[in-house]
Amino acid sequence: MTELVLTDLHKRLLNDFQRDFPLSERPYQAIAEQLGVSESTVLSALTELSQQQLISRVGPIIRPNHIGVSTLAAIAVPQAELETVANTISRYPEINHNYEREHELNLWFVVIADNNEQLAAVIASIEAETGYPVLQFPLLHDFYIDLGFNLDWQHVG
Amino acid sequence: MDAIDRLIMHHTQAGLPLTLEPYQTLAKQLGLDKQELMQRLQAMQDSGQIRRIAAVPNHYRLGYRYNGMTVWNVSDEHINTLGQHIGQLSFVSHCYHRPRHLPDWPYNLFAMIHAKTEPEAEQHIQQIKTVLGDACQEYTVLYSTKILKKTGFRSV
Repeated sequence: MTELVLTDLHKRLLNDFQRDFPLSERPYQAIAEQLGVSESTVLSALTELSQQQLISRVGPIIRPNHIGVSTLAAIAVPQAELETVANTISRYPEINHNYEREHELNLWFVVIADNNEQLAAVIASIEAETGYPVLQFPLLHDFYIDLGFNLDWQHVG
Repeated sequence: MDAIDRLIMHHTQAGLPLTLEPYQTLAKQLGLDKQELMQRLQAMQDSGQIRRIAAVPNHYRLGYRYNGMTVWNVSDEHINTLGQHIGQLSFVSHCYHRPRHLPDWPYNLFAMIHAKTEPEAEQHIQQIKTVLGDACQEYTVLYSTKILKKTGFRSV
């Protein structure tokens, strides 16, 4: 896949619609009017950004713990077993982020379940299957004012 | 949030369809009325269950290669005030108060930072350190070395 050269339109689509994506019948038309281009131009530019994975998606972002319950969790795994344990954990449908990080606690993941009982059962099952204790870091307070992220266009790779 | 709201949220996590009338397309897929779908999305946004509807940039693909989970041991009496300040920094994408696990894990404030270069990441870390001042005794930064799975519900 050839690398997309970002036009001003691409940049505005990436930066300006991290909130208030229109909730109207023809949202791409509403964006087009805002940017002074045609609806089809917006749609094809967004399709390009999506195909190139420069936007991960267009859609609603949920507040944590508003669908079911969730926790951040971590496990310390010897390097030699990391891949096996990571694969074991990723197989659970309740796991949705799984990152290797540089620390003694080197595997970090998010567990989402319908309720606390199911959450505890998944953690217990992971502990039993991997043989390592799982530390839980549930959210106590969210300080983030979620308005998106101001993108810096220098050295866009 | 009822069963229909959940259904809507499940089917929008991979993204709205890139069609002229995406809400109509989605409503049809789910066997719902378009107006009802849009009203439900609006209601979930008004109640704060949906934070925002967004074209979500893929920071990594846009050159943000230094994505660090910075973790800080902040005194309990100051964490609420200081957490608010850290959450407002432009390079912080998430900022949470989470429990410590003593003695091994003394950190209770988690802030995700994003930078394109290592010096830039270091600058961000120093800036957080300055804001926290004496209320923070120790910290560390965990860079992700590998994304092993990223699917399902997104709150980022």
